[in-house]
Amino acid sequence: MLDYVRSNRREVIAGVVLVVLLAGYIGTHPRGASTYVMTIWANQGLILGLAACAQFFAVVVRGIDLSVGAIMALTNCIASYLLDGSALGIGFGMFAVVAAGAACGLLNGVIIVYGRLQPIVVTLATASIFVGIALLLRPTPGGAINYDLADAITLDVLGIPTALIITGVVIMGFWLPFRRTGLGLGLYALGSSEQAAFQSGINTKFIRLAAFTLAGFFGGLAGLYYSFVTTTGDAGIAPGFTLNSIAAVVLGGVLLRGGVGSLVGALAGAFILKTIASLMFFSGLPSLAQPLFEGMILAAAIAIGGADVLRARNKLEAYS
Amino acid sequence: MSKHFGATKALDDVDFICNAGEVHAVLGENGAGKSTLMKLIAGALQPSHGRIRVDGHDVLLTSPQDALQHGLVCMFQELSLVPDLTVRENLLLGAPGAGIGWLRGTGLDTARAVLERIGGADIRMGVRVADLTLPQRQQVEIAKALMKKPRLLILDEATSALNASVVESVFELVREQRDSGTAVLFISHRFHEIEALADRISVFRNGRRVETFKKGDHDYGDIIDMMVGQKIEELFPDKPLTDEDAEVVLDITGFNWDGRVKNVNLSVRRGQIVGLGGLDGQGQGAFLMGLFGLLRKTTGQTAISGRAAELRNPKTAKQQDIALAYIPEDRKTEGLILDQSIRENLELAALGRPDLDATDETLYAPSLEQLALKHGGLGQPVSSLSGGNQQKVVLSKWLAIKPKCLLLADPTRGIDVKTKTQIYAILRQLADQGTAIVLLSTDYEELIQLCDETHVFFDGKIVASLSGDNLTPQNIIAATLNIAQPAQAAHA
Repeated sequence: MLDYVRSNRREVIAGVVLVVLLAGYIGTHPRGASTYVMTIWANQGLILGLAACAQFFAVVVRGIDLSVGAIMALTNCIASYLLDGSALGIGFGMFAVVAAGAACGLLNGVIIVYGRLQPIVVTLATASIFVGIALLLRPTPGGAINYDLADAITLDVLGIPTALIITGVVIMGFWLPFRRTGLGLGLYALGSSEQAAFQSGINTKFIRLAAFTLAGFFGGLAGLYYSFVTTTGDAGIAPGFTLNSIAAVVLGGVLLRGGVGSLVGALAGAFILKTIASLMFFSGLPSLAQPLFEGMILAAAIAIGGADVLRARNKLEAYS
Repeated sequence: MSKHFGATKALDDVDFICNAGEVHAVLGENGAGKSTLMKLIAGALQPSHGRIRVDGHDVLLTSPQDALQHGLVCMFQELSLVPDLTVRENLLLGAPGAGIGWLRGTGLDTARAVLERIGGADIRMGVRVADLTLPQRQQVEIAKALMKKPRLLILDEATSALNASVVESVFELVREQRDSGTAVLFISHRFHEIEALADRISVFRNGRRVETFKKGDHDYGDIIDMMVGQKIEELFPDKPLTDEDAEVVLDITGFNWDGRVKNVNLSVRRGQIVGLGGLDGQGQGAFLMGLFGLLRKTTGQTAISGRAAELRNPKTAKQQDIALAYIPEDRKTEGLILDQSIRENLELAALGRPDLDATDETLYAPSLEQLALKHGGLGQPVSSLSGGNQQKVVLSKWLAIKPKCLLLADPTRGIDVKTKTQIYAILRQLADQGTAIVLLSTDYEELIQLCDETHVFFDGKIVASLSGDNLTPQNIIAATLNIAQPAQAAHA
């Protein structure tokens, strides 16, 4: 048990911070913990949460994905054409939107792995390409999403926000089993020590390819969910989501050097960021001061995560 | 089979056969091509020419994965463990039957059993590998290799950080593997280990196989001659007579740290080499680190040439008035900056000493010459050197500050015989010139042959101080296990 808490202390810290912030938010909100308040909060959190999941898969293999926001923008614009009409058509459309995201991620992965290039450079370039295509599809925001479906997915089930149920499914139905597969283990091995992973007989090329494809897949999911929340297509959303996804994974205890952190942490980080934003909105602080406070909380969270360096009696441990 | 790196021929037209059911030791200096051969067999490198045959069939090994499928399992000198994952996860990594799908954890029981047999019962499966000590990591590495049920097991310096009793239990396991038909390739620089384990021995030199013979066909002297191609007269330099009244250079009293080093007193006289022995993690390593200012909250007094010195951090320790140097245990991560050039690495210790000009080549040139560093230009990255030559760079770097006191943590681990003799010779010479030398070693031959006095640590304390006729393998081993003997009790 102690080992478990120690090895997951980053997630534990992120969880505690989230609970404290959420309590503050509900406490200051005039309507308290109503389904309405929680649903809006959860929807905003899940959009960034899925983007943070995308960023997580790139960061855990010691990479970074600057095209997360761009993939969201592109898939959002595709969704604004495909998610209306017959039930069958919408079903196909949802599949196509997510598949487009995964394809974008696969493209990133192929260039990174076979071109032997730095992820930061590759995704910077592909981000422009994806946004370019999105702008061709939707020069100005517009399009439509089926309202009934959008309502079903962005409201609540028996008072529980659907977004929280989806978050639970992502964690319980996808992440926890995934962590126990060879691929899940391989991601961490690759990010922590590529040489050791290679010598252990791990197919490092395949793992890296899979990681970026998963990043694209979650970028697509984020774009899809964004479409349901806003019910329009907008090619201009990329930059904000890319930067916030990086901030979210860092807040959630994922180390940018790779090999450390989890999807749960990334999701928690995203919800923390959104909670801060909402808290600020209702607390009467000027909205212009929001980046200042977000930045301070980001810095504080990282400082807490690194605090155990102070306990180290061997100075060399501070550098490892 | 050949392997070329650019113009360098690491392996030149080598034929090599290893039979099932034998332990085949491979000997050679660093850079003789042993490790390259092992990497070819393990699929980490591909041969420039030639073929590899397993059970009479040609195989193409393009990655470690291919090699694993043919039952070729390698325990690399550079460990293949992932620091951020737990012991359990590391064992599962690349385990048989573990693809990218669901991990069932088959083989973990085998690994657990192996760990228990080789003295690793206290290694918990849920602990991160980064939190383990170097010897513990080697134990995990051994368990990881054996759970793959190898047909050919390569042990490349696999026991270099382990102490004698653990090594013996590892050997027992290896012998069992051999008797059940596994072929074992064994690389070690410790002659007594090869004596204990090998059935046949192959000697490599300069990328060629010199000879293969049964153990016992040649004695140590012959084998060393084959390895170096010339005669080495003596492995260890002669010990001069100890001068009981010589000036005390380094004097430590009441050294304590964090309950892991307990009330250690140590003094080193001019001309003395003092050895530190003991099982792994008994406080001797922490003691050296603490002296060099790497640990927080240490207590005790340190005096150098009679003057009290406060060693807060390495920067103060290396200044002129103290001039302490520390050669760390892990040269790749703590001793060198691998991507920087040899020259830049050599300048690092003198940098930050106001009285020295770090770019002055005469600071390190003499020791480089004496150690006969083999290099392709000082502008080359230090990572291009073999392990033994890297260690020479670490040593020269610190000798540049003309240390009054030199602390060494197992400096000859994984290093070939010729480099060892060069290091021994320079240490003895430094001692004669008045440098106090403290040498931590896991090789008791060093503690006996090189050191004038050896202190054995157990549970953070010095339990025995051996010198002169008391300095015997039996006494050292008894002391490491803390079995008090009357003769030592009086001494300690």
